[in-house]
Amino acid sequence: MTTRIVELRRGILKKNDELAAGLRASYATAGVLVLNLVSSPGTGKTAFLERTLRELKARGARVAALVGDLETDNDARRLAASGAPVRQINTHGICHLDAEMIGKHLDGWEGVLLGGLDYLFIENVGNLVCPSSYDLGEKIRVALLSVTEGEDKPLKYPTLFNSADAAVITKMDIAEPCGFDRETALKNINEIRPGIRIFETSAKTGAGMEEWLEYLAVERGGRGQ
Amino acid sequence: MHELSIVSSVVESVTEALAALPDSSRGARVLEVRLRVGALASVVTESLEFCYGIASEGTPLEGSRLVVNVLPVVMHCEACAEDVELVGVQSFRCPRCGEPCSEMRQGRELEIESFEIDEMSEAEVKP
Repeated sequence: MTTRIVELRRGILKKNDELAAGLRASYATAGVLVLNLVSSPGTGKTAFLERTLRELKARGARVAALVGDLETDNDARRLAASGAPVRQINTHGICHLDAEMIGKHLDGWEGVLLGGLDYLFIENVGNLVCPSSYDLGEKIRVALLSVTEGEDKPLKYPTLFNSADAAVITKMDIAEPCGFDRETALKNINEIRPGIRIFETSAKTGAGMEEWLEYLAVERGGRGQ
Repeated sequence: MHELSIVSSVVESVTEALAALPDSSRGARVLEVRLRVGALASVVTESLEFCYGIASEGTPLEGSRLVVNVLPVVMHCEACAEDVELVGVQSFRCPRCGEPCSEMRQGRELEIESFEIDEMSEAEVKP
């Protein structure tokens, strides 16, 4: 028996990373700001996104959304109520979206061209673990956390919160009855991702939305409002 | 939860690399595959090992060992002007001066480092 070690030094997600780099370049060329929304199931991503789409549309911005779920197109139908073009991605058991799925669903999306958009939102599959490994070419990764989930969630899932560019706390309207400890939640997010922008929002009352929309406009380069 | 897709991609890459080896290594058996996985790569070592057995079945990697080398998180501390290793992943502060650090130098790696093959000698190839 002659054994030999072959050095490979190859990224396991190289294929995804290459596809994501291609997507990132096409988003930049088209001038569209792309965001990837990640949270646990039940945080209220869809409600938050629905409100965001409505408010942006009301300001005259051109918006669209891709939404990932294992099964059903319920979320796409909910989001479509905002009047924005929405496309559902069913992963059929896969726990995250990857760059290939995004590319496939952008291609041949009837009536939607990247160049005709100001903002594209990608609502990831509800999961706080796996989506953090998969780059979708987004400019901003948003980690969402609801007041019902517990203030230590960022400590429990540091991989996601550490890779996020912005954090959104949802359902602030029920913070008090839930006994939500705001200070601790903010401190925990900052422990994991020092200096991250944090938005305290309620899709129901609209609290915090103004600040969030302003942030989006700035990130897009002051346009789109 | 996505460990099966991760190891499937490992099996695919190593199989490709095997096919690209010179003729003298044709038919080689894989004994071991070594991965470098950052502490913040969101994969679980035990789960990788478990899924590896399933993903390698019926491939030249079947029966080989998966060795996962976990790398600690290394941040750059601006205050200390140095790269520092974090003790855990619960706080992204410099363990020396306590200042928050935002620039990561190591911790998200997810790569195949190398694999070991058993090349049959010529005598074994021609019985």
